[in-house]
Amino acid sequence: MQQTETGLEPESVASPVESVARDEAIIQVDDLNKWFGDFHVLKSLNLDVRKGERIVICGPSGSGKSTFIRCINHLEAHQRGRITVDGVELNEDVKNIEAIRREVGMVFQHFNLFPHLSVLENCLLAPIWVRKTPRNEAIETGMHYLERVRIPDQAHKYPGQLSGGQQQRVAIARALCMQPKIMLFDEPTSALDPEMIKEVLDVMVELAGSGMTMLCVTHEMGFAKTVADRVIFMDGGEIVETAAPGDFFTNPQQPRTREFLEQILQH
Amino acid sequence: MATHQPLPDQPPPISQRGWLRWLREHLFSTWYNSVLTVVIGYWLISTFVPLINWAFIQAVFTGDGADACNPDGACWVFVEQRLGFFIYGFYPAEFRWRPNLVFALFALSVVPQFLPLPTTIRKWLAIFGITGLPLAAYFLIAGGHFGLESVPTSRWGGLMLTLILAYVGILAALPIGILLALGRRSEMPVIRGICVVFIEFWRAVPLITILFMASVMLPLFLPDGVTFDKLLRALVGITLFQSAYMAEVVRGGLQAIPRGQYEAAEALGLGYWRRMQLIILPQALKIVIPGIANTVISLFKDTTLVLIIGLFDLLGAVKSTLSDPAWSNVMAEGYLFVAFCFWVFCFGMSRYSHRLEKQLETGHRN
Repeated sequence: MQQTETGLEPESVASPVESVARDEAIIQVDDLNKWFGDFHVLKSLNLDVRKGERIVICGPSGSGKSTFIRCINHLEAHQRGRITVDGVELNEDVKNIEAIRREVGMVFQHFNLFPHLSVLENCLLAPIWVRKTPRNEAIETGMHYLERVRIPDQAHKYPGQLSGGQQQRVAIARALCMQPKIMLFDEPTSALDPEMIKEVLDVMVELAGSGMTMLCVTHEMGFAKTVADRVIFMDGGEIVETAAPGDFFTNPQQPRTREFLEQILQH
Repeated sequence: MATHQPLPDQPPPISQRGWLRWLREHLFSTWYNSVLTVVIGYWLISTFVPLINWAFIQAVFTGDGADACNPDGACWVFVEQRLGFFIYGFYPAEFRWRPNLVFALFALSVVPQFLPLPTTIRKWLAIFGITGLPLAAYFLIAGGHFGLESVPTSRWGGLMLTLILAYVGILAALPIGILLALGRRSEMPVIRGICVVFIEFWRAVPLITILFMASVMLPLFLPDGVTFDKLLRALVGITLFQSAYMAEVVRGGLQAIPRGQYEAAEALGLGYWRRMQLIILPQALKIVIPGIANTVISLFKDTTLVLIIGLFDLLGAVKSTLSDPAWSNVMAEGYLFVAFCFWVFCFGMSRYSHRLEKQLETGHRN
């Protein structure tokens, strides 16, 4: 943890100042471009995320929003541009990538819990093997976060025995056990039955209240309205519009954004 | 007014219960099933009654020699008299306590795996089985250390040799196979290329050819004075051959693991080897337990091919005694004995793999 704090300093000096919050930015994305073969998925994305900021990314499917946040912890490699996370620039160096992944938690659409391990073991794995936390301490942290997502009683079950909503809450706890500085959510409620969405959103709202830096790809506009500091609308691999949720929902500037909002808010 | 009295339960009619019902449902449900039942029943009786009569009722189990045998029954005296040779080959009789001790240690590590013992005990015995046991077996059987007289491998034989070949082969082929499977899915072209070539080469050559090459050709290429033990050469050949098969079995498992598992492990910051060790392999190997058991069982039986390079494994030992003029007409007994021994071990492995599968079930479908 100390290493990353020291890592912040040189970067903040070196980067050109373009936004007010540049020196506070925990994630800096400059001119990010990515191709899948010949297909240009991400086109010159720029984004600065302040520490503690909560950003919701929305847009039609195929707009590149998932690919975008997956670039931030290098699950997808980008071909042009710069991503700097917590003072460390992402490149092909495995050490760098792993250092960033330690500080960035991720929650997936399909939970991706490890089915051969119990819920608690899922939470212990990374702290013990990556952070080298002593097992007892890791258990304590693990139970703490399982309590925060309100399923300490399921700790010794296997993921296959839990409901979708419970599994996703375990996935959130698993990511939090690494005590990350940033949390990425990739459509965390899209694979859930309607009655389970709320229990997951409740946990996420609570997490937002605790000051965690969050980037969340979601179609839950209610969640965006209540917790987001900024809403980003993506289409065709570009950031079309960025605004505070108040402005975004009541007064969208771009016709494409209006069209999208009409589509999803109609019913 | 009479109040309602519940009727007592009555047994179903005779045709609907017990073995009669079972017979009707399973054997005589239609006219053609009835015909099949009768035909197969006749065949079973006409085959197995004489067989049991020959193998047990008329058979002679103990005696001094071929004269003790009954011409109408099996002559198990042959197996009894030559058992020492079948188990140890030419291993000196005065040192047979050494392989016996190894057998005991082997039983100590294997038998508890089938008993309802605590997992930790079984785990430690299994770990002993794959680490301490081979070492102990080497020092005890080969000798030459700790004041034990050395016994050259040319005198090893019988069931002991079969078990050594199979055990070492399995123990070495599984890890090599796993590494090859991982290598074949590597993103590094050189490593992937090497693994593909290795697997495709060893898989495409018959084991018999490999054993011939190892025993006849290899010494021709080695400089003068450099010799490898024949048994060691056979072991290396078997191991490389089986590891290629094992690699493809394991690769099947690796491919069955959803991408999300890899991604979740990566996102937590786990390095490549940790991801494989903690997340991917435990799941992949569990999926391919039936395939691994299959390969292991076929490896066990393939060890009999060492016969052609002059090693006397169980089959070789039995076969060589069949030409003994003191015993005539004991071919069936000899081969049945070999078949029985192989069946016991292979069936044991099969049961163990079933047990493992059940034990590792966590109720998750990917």
